[in-house]
Amino acid sequence: MKAAGASIQKRQTAQQLGYALVTLVAVITILPILFIMGYIFIRGLPALSWEFISGFPTQGLKAGGILPSILGTVVLTFVTTLIAVPIGIAAAIYLSEYAADNRWTKIIRIAIINLAGIPSVVYGLFGLGAFVIFLRLGVSILAGALTLGIMTLPVIISASEEALRAVPQSFRVVSISLGGTPWQTIRRIVLPQALSGIMTGVVLGLERAAGETAPILFTTAVIYQPNLPDSLLSPTMALPYHLYTVATQVPGMPEAIQYATALVLLVFVLGLNALATFIRARARAHRQW
Amino acid sequence: MDKVIVEHLYLNYSDGTESLKDINLRIPANAITVLFGPAGGGKSSLLRVFNRLNDLADVKDLAGKALLVGADGSTLDLLDPDLDVIALRRRVGMVFARPIVLPLTIRGNLTYGLELAGERDKARLDETVERSLKQAALWDEVKDRLGDPAVALSGGQQQRLCLARSLALEPELILLDEPTSGLDPITTNMVEASLQELKENYTIVLIPHSIEQAARTGDFAGFFLQGELVEWAQGKDLFTNPKVKRTEDYITGRFG
Repeated sequence: MKAAGASIQKRQTAQQLGYALVTLVAVITILPILFIMGYIFIRGLPALSWEFISGFPTQGLKAGGILPSILGTVVLTFVTTLIAVPIGIAAAIYLSEYAADNRWTKIIRIAIINLAGIPSVVYGLFGLGAFVIFLRLGVSILAGALTLGIMTLPVIISASEEALRAVPQSFRVVSISLGGTPWQTIRRIVLPQALSGIMTGVVLGLERAAGETAPILFTTAVIYQPNLPDSLLSPTMALPYHLYTVATQVPGMPEAIQYATALVLLVFVLGLNALATFIRARARAHRQW
Repeated sequence: MDKVIVEHLYLNYSDGTESLKDINLRIPANAITVLFGPAGGGKSSLLRVFNRLNDLADVKDLAGKALLVGADGSTLDLLDPDLDVIALRRRVGMVFARPIVLPLTIRGNLTYGLELAGERDKARLDETVERSLKQAALWDEVKDRLGDPAVALSGGQQQRLCLARSLALEPELILLDEPTSGLDPITTNMVEASLQELKENYTIVLIPHSIEQAARTGDFAGFFLQGELVEWAQGKDLFTNPKVKRTEDYITGRFG
């Protein structure tokens, strides 16, 4: 009896120890993000004002606002969406609904995985060579959006394909048995059911694009622009590049401006993230299978 | 009159599972034909030849003859690779073992097939919804909530909705693959009663989920074993006086 009691005691201790360990590890994961966010909020908030968000930079970026950078990032993200989303979703539909499982689709899949692994600076250099120089788009919003679009494609394709495959096969069989063509089945049943998953993937992909510096470094971004860009073939200022500039390239830059810029970029990206979470939560609540 | 004529039909899948060997049968119009036997006997495969749902499966060889006979006596070659399968599937309805309602409203499920076929007339769609629900003995239970999601229905209601959904297209031939396997006895009775009424105007092929159901409902019956049609007869004869030993063994419960 005594031995059995001791053994239970031992197991309980081990259990508590294990529980404490996983809790600790969980806290360690959360801490850096909390720290980064808290630090940037505290340091950046004092410099944040309506003038900062709605004004143009003055005195060699050392004063004034960051409106051109905010608008530049919004426009870049929007044009990237227009380029990457249709292509990404179409590719996902092809892979999930039409393509057979053969060597050809295997090659496509490997290409997508590798595309996701390419460092962003390589995308930037590719964009410089392919869009800025070869296609003669110059350093422009269009060249940057194309570069960001290609970088975003693997995320959108993978997430969309996964969302499409999650729609039960039986829906497709029923639709076909009722005289539906494959495309009618996709448009009326599969796509609407997968839409929220696709949207989540799209937003997460764009969020990454919105925060990247390297791909726009050689293709879009300029340090300073006195006027807002007037066409897609103009270069633009953009938040990540602006942050890089004020943080490292300008001597005597007020710290408050650096942190406030970082704060705006963080809020923009986290806002997109929150949007993705919201779409996903709403879709789960309304799902009919 | 025969609705489907099958002669020397052979079928093999690429992975070597379930096959059909030299099947010969004629499915009479305006009657319930039951195809029964142990799992893997080829019943479902035969059913899926009739609406070409086997196009979705990995079929290696398909040979022989299978014809669908229209009301005017014209025939359609079901094995023709160039057959308009979309048009065929509007003439041949199917109900599956599990109730699979589409993620639409109750009404949306019923109008789905017609809308795909290009029907836009609301009056005709409304009329179809009411008729098909009445035929499937579901109208009284759902008539006041046609706009509700179909998943909100109980399992038995969902399966009757699936039956109504195939009836909405007014098919000549209705295929049912163990439609009551997941249903309670009361709903099973309702479905069987519906089928008895429907056979006046439709031809029905049913894979029953039990020998009892086969005996209860079948006007004609075929016993399938390992891809062979072992015996074919008028329903009552086959169950009271089987000619083949293997049929007798199966229906008396010696195997299966």
